[in-house]
Amino acid sequence: MMENNGFSSPRNDSFPAGLRVLVVDDDPTWLKILEKMLKKCSYEVTTCGLARDALNLLRERKGGYDIVISDVYMPDMDGFKLLEQVGLEMDLPVIMMSVDGETSRVMKGVQHGACDYLLKPIRMKELRNIWQHVFRKKIHEVRDIETLERVESFQMTRNGSDQYEDGHVLCGEDLTSIKKRKHIESKHDEKDTGDSISTKKARVVWSVDLHQKFVKAVNQIGFDTTSLPSFDGAMTGSVCLAEVGPKKILDMMNVPWLTRENVASHLQKYRLYLSRLQKENDFKNPAGGIKQSDSPLRDSAGSFGSQNSINLQHNDVSNGSYRFSGSSLVVHNGDPRSHDSDRKRLVSTPVEEPKRTLTVNVPNPCIPRSSQMEFGHPLAPPQSEVDFGALDSTFPTKYPWCGIPEIQLKKEHNPLHLNDEFSHLPLPGQKQLTQADYPQPAPAISSAPSLTPSHNEYRSNVNHASSTAIAVDSSPIQTKTNVANHQAIELISKSTPSLENQGFNMNSITEFESSRKNINLGMLPFTTLEEDLQVCWVPGDCYMNLGLQNIEVLEYFDPGLITDVPVNLNDGLRFDYEFNDPTEYSLIDQSLFIA
Amino acid sequence: MDRKQLQHQVASMRKSLFDQGYLDDQFNQLEDLQDEANPNFVEEVVTLFYSDSARFIQNIEQAMIKKPNIDFGKLDDYMHQFKGSSSSFGAKKVKKECSQFRECCSAGNIEGCIKTFQQLKQEHATLRRKLETYFQLVKQAGIAGRT
Repeated sequence: MMENNGFSSPRNDSFPAGLRVLVVDDDPTWLKILEKMLKKCSYEVTTCGLARDALNLLRERKGGYDIVISDVYMPDMDGFKLLEQVGLEMDLPVIMMSVDGETSRVMKGVQHGACDYLLKPIRMKELRNIWQHVFRKKIHEVRDIETLERVESFQMTRNGSDQYEDGHVLCGEDLTSIKKRKHIESKHDEKDTGDSISTKKARVVWSVDLHQKFVKAVNQIGFDTTSLPSFDGAMTGSVCLAEVGPKKILDMMNVPWLTRENVASHLQKYRLYLSRLQKENDFKNPAGGIKQSDSPLRDSAGSFGSQNSINLQHNDVSNGSYRFSGSSLVVHNGDPRSHDSDRKRLVSTPVEEPKRTLTVNVPNPCIPRSSQMEFGHPLAPPQSEVDFGALDSTFPTKYPWCGIPEIQLKKEHNPLHLNDEFSHLPLPGQKQLTQADYPQPAPAISSAPSLTPSHNEYRSNVNHASSTAIAVDSSPIQTKTNVANHQAIELISKSTPSLENQGFNMNSITEFESSRKNINLGMLPFTTLEEDLQVCWVPGDCYMNLGLQNIEVLEYFDPGLITDVPVNLNDGLRFDYEFNDPTEYSLIDQSLFIA
Repeated sequence: MDRKQLQHQVASMRKSLFDQGYLDDQFNQLEDLQDEANPNFVEEVVTLFYSDSARFIQNIEQAMIKKPNIDFGKLDDYMHQFKGSSSSFGAKKVKKECSQFRECCSAGNIEGCIKTFQQLKQEHATLRRKLETYFQLVKQAGIAGRT
């Protein structure tokens, strides 16, 4: 099975050749030239004449691109805006270009997050080296992952899961992302040990507890997350936060072993999460935002357009996207089943896919800060806090393996759904696919709180199902009874989405969220797991907003499921069943905590 | 004319285009991109530019006759794009006129704008003719790139 969680295999093999570049420019002449130049560099090029189209493409194929090059001037949208959005949502490196080289413009580009600014006319040699930006990002992510991996490995051992080799055990999400990164980097890494990857640092696992401390500190400092401006504005807000935050937060948290770096990266994710939540809130789209990359997964069951963001089998998940095998898409339909279940947003579509590699398309798993914040649904904070307790509901759980569609448990939705779902134990057929955050506000969304109860329920369910689920702990819970897990996972995935997606319509988010949810699901199934798990937070990749939710979700779902998810992002999770998501979720969830 | 002679002609025409400042190094860059897959790449790009730039010229003209208030900001934007586009294949003189035009815009100099624009159109047309001749010659000489 493939290992790459989302990396396109070709790319990895001969990096930087095969680098997937998205070029955005309204000038057809330049588009033609750039395309030719990039092709000559052996890159894989996609061109786009409009910013909107570019965003759609990026969202549809999460993880399908490694880097974006865009002109500053675009008729339909300001290039800087596009830059911001890409950075936040997908966390991809973006290069700006313009015929105008004025310092102020260049500065603006950098401020908005551009990793480079090219002046037209552009020469080929300038394009040859753009891969460095991708590589750099990966390295950073890897570092984060490594920390996470460590934690996971540890947990794995604890769980006795030895199925995963080399750290796959890491929270699904983590693993995936790690894998991804490792994949790219390991290529280099293995060869040159000393490289960034080799400097493995202890990975920080952001457990619920830790995350709670974090949030508390953040709130104390006065970072008003809830008042984060809308997406557009969020950027600036978050930027400030980042600047102000880490040190202070670290001091307040009073966790001796935590470094400022850990906090900073966690903070970044958090910010993204929040802004994403906001975005989602504004964005509710009935269609359920999550686009399913794989049609099979698309579970239109949900009222939402069943866009399962879960990228099932999306190979393109860029590094790190977790792939959920088909089923992992957790689509939650805002099906209000009991309040708990109403959130079941599991993305059930996967069912169809027989073992699809669950690739959670984690919005950029590669990117540590998964802008994927789709999960971020800002959903009512209460939810997030719910159950997860530690998890700040606003905390966007980005799952690296966003593959999970919609799973984004919206907080509103109440992670509990999962619970319910599990209790019923889903049958694969049950997919509630609630796509994207269930547009319908899960009635009982209270996600957080509800989760817990269900959590317990789940547990029992889970226990039946498989003993596996609990694996959530950092290591992808080995899906024990696959079948059982499968179902459980399905449920979980379903429910998780609800948790997260409370209506988050964002497609992109849903994807992420779903994956998140899934992860969460996986993770949650066991409350105990949580502890163990410690939310493998893959720094950057998955933001598990769900964290909260996820955690709970985990309970619901079969641990086995969960474990699968995270671990396998690559080739479809260990689980055979389609829903690997759950595991992934768990990972993701965990990842939330882990910063 | 035999092939060799044609090739010489191509080379000398090319040189003069550069010497006279019609083209700059970007043109070389494009020629370097030509390969078996795209033997006439430069010509394609130039053709694309000219079909696209007709649109620019039209927009600018319309914006310029808008009275009483000419929207300089808009004009500047159009010209910015036009400049970017012409820089894509090294249209040096055209690019220069664009910059000049933008300066007039920022100074609010309507007269200057009109005048510059006329010059720009001229350069635009001249270059087109020259390049058309050049490409024909290239084809005749049977070479798909710089000699």
